[in-house]
Amino acid sequence: MSEKKSERDQATTRRHFCQATGIAACTVAAGGAAALSVDFLKPRALFEPPTKFDAGPADAIGVGDVITNEMFRAYVVRRQDGFHSMSSVCTHLGCITRYLPSDGIIACPCHGSRYNLDGEVLAGPAPRPLHWLEMDLSPKGDIEVDTSLEVPFGTVFKL
Amino acid sequence: MELPKAATENSVWRSIFRHGFFATNRNRVLLVMDNVFLHLHSTKVRRRNLEITSTYFLGAIALILFAVLVGTGLLLMLYYHPSVPQAYFDMKELQFVVGNGVFLRNLHRWAAHAMVLIVFLHLLRVFFHRAFRPPREFNWVVGVVLLLLTLLLSYTGYLLPWDQLAFWGVSVGTNMVRAMPVLGAKVRFLLLGGNIVGENALLRFYVLHCVLLPLALIVGVAVHLWRVRKDGGVAGSAGRKRAKLEKETRP
Repeated sequence: MSEKKSERDQATTRRHFCQATGIAACTVAAGGAAALSVDFLKPRALFEPPTKFDAGPADAIGVGDVITNEMFRAYVVRRQDGFHSMSSVCTHLGCITRYLPSDGIIACPCHGSRYNLDGEVLAGPAPRPLHWLEMDLSPKGDIEVDTSLEVPFGTVFKL
Repeated sequence: MELPKAATENSVWRSIFRHGFFATNRNRVLLVMDNVFLHLHSTKVRRRNLEITSTYFLGAIALILFAVLVGTGLLLMLYYHPSVPQAYFDMKELQFVVGNGVFLRNLHRWAAHAMVLIVFLHLLRVFFHRAFRPPREFNWVVGVVLLLLTLLLSYTGYLLPWDQLAFWGVSVGTNMVRAMPVLGAKVRFLLLGGNIVGENALLRFYVLHCVLLPLALIVGVAVHLWRVRKDGGVAGSAGRKRAKLEKETRP
């Protein structure tokens, strides 16, 4: 009697099959609903100010030149081995620094921090070097800087 | 006695309240048990648990503050548009133009500050009375979740005036979210609906503040109160009970 019962329990009855099918269908539907909701929460079009700017053709920038973009708060520096771009926001309290061609340094007007052209701190209260920014070539072939992406210090952009 | 009797012993009264009016013990119990709003309470409480030092009424004060916040919040919503820069102007209009606007806005603000403080004190009271021990350990967890919801409500409301304080408070807070490993940047993007604290972020925080979080808090409070009853009422102070016992057994 007991053997017969356990055999019957193990066999896939119509009830078990329907239960399993139902649970599986609900799980798939719940997973789909969750995926759909997450996708819905991600905006596809953003009406945000652009973070990329065009610094002009590479040939137009001579070695040792420093281009300042005031709107995007960034510098583009042509060096012997390539290019690098830095945020002009002082790492101390967020003032906008300025390139001083006569001294060949970058200086902050607020609390006197001074940086060399690699962004390393020479003097003043700034705790860290200037942030280096992601660079790329635009479809036109111009130098392009993305101010929303930071790269490790010393990542030189080579053509 | 004739008028209350006539008013309560008829089919209309009975269909609404399902029990008599006069204060018999049976009616007192039924008043709580048969009422959808009161049934979360126990029908009988120990006299000791009604003393101020048992609970300092902190949970009740928090609930009343939440009711004040819902009431004032609903009124504020009638003048507030969650858009940039209209939100800031609406806030200024509430302060300087709308009748009693500044009173309701400040009531909302101070009640919010008070609620955070009172909920925090409530948890301290429960902790120092050791009221988190079994069988109340689950209700302690519910209480911690309610504290988190209170803090999140406070934080999401912070952005809505759309002033400098709001903008930078939320900028810093969501940058802290970004510091979370692996998912940080994605969660921040979903929370703000973009990469910057802008129009999408204001709308999302508004929906969280006015709909999602209050609903979650109401459900949580319902479970919390029901569990207080099911776990045998408030715990009160175990220390006080022990002190009383020592006093009684002292020769």
